[in-house]
Amino acid sequence: MKLNTLINAAIFSLTASVALAESEIHVMDTMVFETAPTAMAGGGFMQIMNHGDTDDMLIDVRADYPRVEIHTTEFADGVAKMIHIEGVPVPAGGMATLEPGGFHVMFMGLQGTPFVLDEMIPATLVFEYAGEVEVMFKVVARGEHGNMNHGEMNH
Amino acid sequence: MKAVIIGSATLAVAAGLGFYTWTVSQNANGVPCGDTSVAGAAIGGPFELVSETGETVTDIDVITKPTLVYFGYTFCPDVCPLDSARNAAAAYILEDQGHDIGTVFITIDPARDTPQIVGDFADNFHDDMIGLTGSAEQVDAASKAYRTYYRKQEGDPEYYLVDHSTQTYLMFPETGFATFFKRDHTAEQIAETTACFIDQLS
Repeated sequence: MKLNTLINAAIFSLTASVALAESEIHVMDTMVFETAPTAMAGGGFMQIMNHGDTDDMLIDVRADYPRVEIHTTEFADGVAKMIHIEGVPVPAGGMATLEPGGFHVMFMGLQGTPFVLDEMIPATLVFEYAGEVEVMFKVVARGEHGNMNHGEMNH
Repeated sequence: MKAVIIGSATLAVAAGLGFYTWTVSQNANGVPCGDTSVAGAAIGGPFELVSETGETVTDIDVITKPTLVYFGYTFCPDVCPLDSARNAAAAYILEDQGHDIGTVFITIDPARDTPQIVGDFADNFHDDMIGLTGSAEQVDAASKAYRTYYRKQEGDPEYYLVDHSTQTYLMFPETGFATFFKRDHTAEQIAETTACFIDQLS
């Protein structure tokens, strides 16, 4: 009985903290790849889980760069076309993945402030219903995240 | 006893020669390397571009060994780095196998990609990756020679995007175009096919 009470209390406090944040959205693995010193743009990636019962959408990303947009890449006949999109849908009870070759955040106008390995890039994600979520994008090296096995990244 | 040893040694040499001849003839007969077949393609040829140090270079200066050639632009944060990192990974795999190959990144966005920017971008993936830019005319001529497509998207004058082909070409100094790779080829597949062509053509 005592254990059950504890578990119930734990579940209650967990629910409470989510309710306090007024968000059913959980964001994981926020990362950007390190860039060359003179790079003008960099891509941001993450996983977004929606534990709520309302479909949501990532509609904006704000960070301290001249321009930040949400993009996707489409391929047709070997031609890559990057497209600025209105948002990334995050279905209720489901998740959305921003990954190389697909949805990504594009940080533009880095000139002079490249992404340096292990640094953290603060940003604000804006969801249609969940509102603002503060995150830190970790700068990681290429190769650590499966670039050696490029083919699998498309799946 | 001695005669037997000499005999088997001769046999071994003969067998070795036979195998060698068989291997060569297999290649000469056009055993395909990899899975991308190209029929009568005239891809590549002379180009004149600008190196990372600002010097004018030609295909003869750049393609001095088996080389993977890719067209992209540095402002592209996703596909171009992904493909470039893969090509670099293929070069490292081949290096481990004793094959020395080059990697080249040619920008199709010369307005923004200065020699230094394209050079830094290339070095980010492989110390020996060569980054090339040029005048709009030089880049256009190189792109046409390699039959690649690029088109600047309408919109912002500073933060515009460019649609572009994503093939990687395997080029040899003397014989030119060997084959091309698509986006879904892995570094391992590129290394294997490239090694096959190196064995065939050298």
